[in-house]
Amino acid sequence: MTGTNTTLIGKGTFARGVHPPHRKSFAEDAQIEIFPTPKQVIIPLIQHIGAPCKLAIEPRVDVRVGDILGEAGGFVSAPIHASINGKTAKTVMRTLPTGRHVSCVPIKADGEQLEGQALWDDVFGGDWPTTGLEKYKQEEIQKAVSDAGIVGMGGAAFPTHVKFAKNDKKPIDTLIINGCECEPYLTSDYRLMVEAPAPIITGALLAAQAVGATNIAIGVEDNKPKAIEILKKAAEGTPVKIVPLKTKYPQGGERSLVPAVVNRTIPTLGLPLDVGVVVINVGTATAVARAVLRRKPLTHRIMAVTGAGVVNPKNLLVPIGVSYSDVLEFCGGFKPDAARAVSGGPMMGFTIGDMDSPVTKGTSGLTILTHDEIKKAAETTCVRCGRCVDVCPLGLVPTKIAMASKYKAWDTAKAYSLLACVECGSCAYTCPASVPLVQLIRIGKALMPKE
Amino acid sequence: MNENTDKVKTAEKVEKPVINPSIQVTVSPHLSNTAFTTQKMMIDVLIALVPLLAVAIWVFKWHVVVQVGISVLSCLAFEALFTSWRLKKITLGDYSAAVTGVILGLSLPSSVPWYVAFIGSMAAIGLGKIAFGGLGYNIFNPAMVGRAFVLFAFPMALGAAAYQVAGGMEVLTQATPLTLAKQLGQSTPLWALLIGNTNGSLGETSAIACILGGIYLCIKRTASWEIPVSAIAALIVFAGIGNLTNTSAEWTVLHHLVGGAFLFGAFFIATDPVTSPLTPKGKVIFGIGFAAVVMLIRAFSGYPEGVMFAVLLMNAVTPLINKWTIPVPFGGPVPVRK
Repeated sequence: MTGTNTTLIGKGTFARGVHPPHRKSFAEDAQIEIFPTPKQVIIPLIQHIGAPCKLAIEPRVDVRVGDILGEAGGFVSAPIHASINGKTAKTVMRTLPTGRHVSCVPIKADGEQLEGQALWDDVFGGDWPTTGLEKYKQEEIQKAVSDAGIVGMGGAAFPTHVKFAKNDKKPIDTLIINGCECEPYLTSDYRLMVEAPAPIITGALLAAQAVGATNIAIGVEDNKPKAIEILKKAAEGTPVKIVPLKTKYPQGGERSLVPAVVNRTIPTLGLPLDVGVVVINVGTATAVARAVLRRKPLTHRIMAVTGAGVVNPKNLLVPIGVSYSDVLEFCGGFKPDAARAVSGGPMMGFTIGDMDSPVTKGTSGLTILTHDEIKKAAETTCVRCGRCVDVCPLGLVPTKIAMASKYKAWDTAKAYSLLACVECGSCAYTCPASVPLVQLIRIGKALMPKE
Repeated sequence: MNENTDKVKTAEKVEKPVINPSIQVTVSPHLSNTAFTTQKMMIDVLIALVPLLAVAIWVFKWHVVVQVGISVLSCLAFEALFTSWRLKKITLGDYSAAVTGVILGLSLPSSVPWYVAFIGSMAAIGLGKIAFGGLGYNIFNPAMVGRAFVLFAFPMALGAAAYQVAGGMEVLTQATPLTLAKQLGQSTPLWALLIGNTNGSLGETSAIACILGGIYLCIKRTASWEIPVSAIAALIVFAGIGNLTNTSAEWTVLHHLVGGAFLFGAFFIATDPVTSPLTPKGKVIFGIGFAAVVMLIRAFSGYPEGVMFAVLLMNAVTPLINKWTIPVPFGGPVPVRK
């Protein structure tokens, strides 16, 4: 497999966008720590976009790490697995930060656990070959990824095997591994790229094989020079190219990433595969490598615990299903001026109402923001300054869409392409009148009558 | 919402004092750019007007302080009065009324009686702004509404003859450069138009001051550069065409550009965000239209200058321009779902 790279002709950036403060320094240099096995994990039966899982076990049975708890409930779905050794209990309901009520399988820790360095070695350690991978065929990789319950680990949690499905109508030539991490604060992908570059490269090669891509690029924002350097070294002798991208939000969104790397535009409401591209996150790439080479399901992930409102910001390797409160307590808890606990980053993350809710496969971090960090001027009327137009990465007119949503003027909302909005929040971040633009647009998307 | 941290079940952790701050639940984004607010925008405009005020004080002396002072104070007073009549919160702190006051004051001749600025301010804030719902809702630039009102109410006070006053600089005894050009075919030296020792409305005389302040506004993105740049380019083209058809004119393209209120209007009045289009494309159309109307009035109407009418006319068609320039999303139009 040789990359010609004739298609990596992007400009390394995208039009418009915003420059929020990076604030990565809280946990940027904190080496990933192995979270000690919690007393209990609570594993939601749905952690992905698509159909919920079907419960596959009885209550009160002994399970070991990797045992299946729930089977995929359809093609666009992903199975879930035990992340610690222990005994299951009757399912309980939990409210995830997204506001979704989900049925979860609790597991009480019991017996020996894989801990510390041994756990790290099991997940990221050992040898990650970059040659001889040709023996893994598309069907095999797709099945391994599907069985391992792998979903997009950048946050959206779209089942990865769906992206790997055979698609003769829309041939794929490019695989982009998303290492942008354009959300402020978050450092989980960065630490992963710095500390475990080998499985990312192996995963990228396997994913490229699955989708039939000859061009493989890892896009990394240029505020992470160390990650770029380490990945370049790890990718030596492979067709994987490291593409530094200009640091700008939302560079990590597919609609900004694909044009920046290959200069192709994803059609409105379309997917990267419409332009011959598959995008997966760096964390997802490591999970793919582990699933295909070692037959291990997705049971652990890296998450950042960061922000000015947490006592000891850290990056952690955690079992899926650990509660946010356990994670927070391990990091020293809230500081007195903490104001919001956010699952993910501050631009698109969800505030956590119930700190006992579990970390899922798509949880990239826990950001604790202080009152000072969330300071915002009082809302005044729109003066039509057009700043939101200047920053919208999709070239929309956010103020018009937001006002149309507010007053339920659906014809106007439609004329201004309400449905094209991807809710990145650049408009609301920028608005000098502090109008909650993206928030109103979300309401509009939910309320607009379907044709 | 209070967190039940007492439910924490980690093995290693023993009784440690746990802080339970009250945690908010809300929607993203959780950060906002506090460096740029509506208030700071208005302060930017006031800063950008300083060079104009300085030149005006040099040329017109204490008249400037009186006119601008009256119009700023009365704009603030009328804003407070009319807003309180509507039982709304009085927001003088956003400085928008102050900006209206300064621009209105600078758009008047030095000789007008005190009540002209006062009544102009009443019309600007009352008719131009509050009647439409206040800041952000007005269709027309309030300062230009105020000026148009007093132009019709006191034609003598604002007519071409009103500009000629005795005392002060010698240039003030002459007609304004545009009137001289229109009625007598006399030209004014370019350097005078640039530095501003000519007659005219208080703020318009110096092209250099307008350009300095204007560039500041564009760099700060408080004014959209698309409007002045397209207006200037369009004016050069239209004035160039005009000069081609009348080669004897001493009033050249450059005179059209730096003379009169064109630059003052292009940088400070046409760029009022509330009354100009939203998209870059719309702003370019707006700028071209503004320059076209200015040139039409200068060339064919009885008035020597057309900036005020050009702004008001383009304000009126701004909703239409917005409608014409609805952008297509980056990824193409939203497909119709079956």
